[in-house]
Amino acid sequence: MELSATSLRDKLQRDLEADHVEVEDTTPNRCATSFRVLVVSTKFEGKPLLQRHRLVNECLAEELPHIHAFEQKTLTPEQWTRQRQK
Amino acid sequence: MSGALRRTAAALLRWGRGPGGVGLQGAGVRAAGSGAGGGQAEQLDALVKKDKVVVFLKGTPEQPQCGFSNAVVQILRLHGVRDYAAYNVLDDPDLRQGIKDYSNWPTIPQVYLNGEFVGGCDILLQMHQNGDLVEELKKLGIRSALLDETKDQESK
Repeated sequence: MELSATSLRDKLQRDLEADHVEVEDTTPNRCATSFRVLVVSTKFEGKPLLQRHRLVNECLAEELPHIHAFEQKTLTPEQWTRQRQK
Repeated sequence: MSGALRRTAAALLRWGRGPGGVGLQGAGVRAAGSGAGGGQAEQLDALVKKDKVVVFLKGTPEQPQCGFSNAVVQILRLHGVRDYAAYNVLDDPDLRQGIKDYSNWPTIPQVYLNGEFVGGCDILLQMHQNGDLVEELKKLGIRSALLDETKDQESK
């Protein structure tokens, strides 16, 4: 099991069929291994926030026990487009 | 209710009165016994249903020990939610792991509204930003302080 921004990004992209994934290693700002992720996927459509976050958690079920702090933002492609237009 | 559960419930101290209130200092949750599977899930279930707003934090509302836990405290403060139960997982390793097992959620802080798991800091922040939190609080009979702010501004 690999715990790097790249490996997390690849896994999220694959498992969630994501249009866009960003993974930031926030470890330097925190006391231990930490990441912040942004996932854009059609799989989030029609799902409330909690369900979306659980999808991400399930995808990273193996890695999360080894991650101290985890921030996530989950958007549908439409939300992502709107956000970038602001 | 079993004897053990009753003892646990009695031992739970509630705090988190928010700014200006009289806070109960001292202990967070006393998780009874060994934290063995079924028993602990029942205890936690009772705990999250005991109050309308329940949060599990690293630290206390007066002294959060983590940026994310602090964010939850600040958001509740912004909405004028003073009467909520806050449990410090740093006081109790059984609780710290137990609440994660209970909600099937890997991190702290955890926010429960009306006995239901809502999410962590990310979700609470997004709910705050998109107005959902005001609505959810309204359903619990809690009027968000932010509604009053808007009203004041409109009347000027």
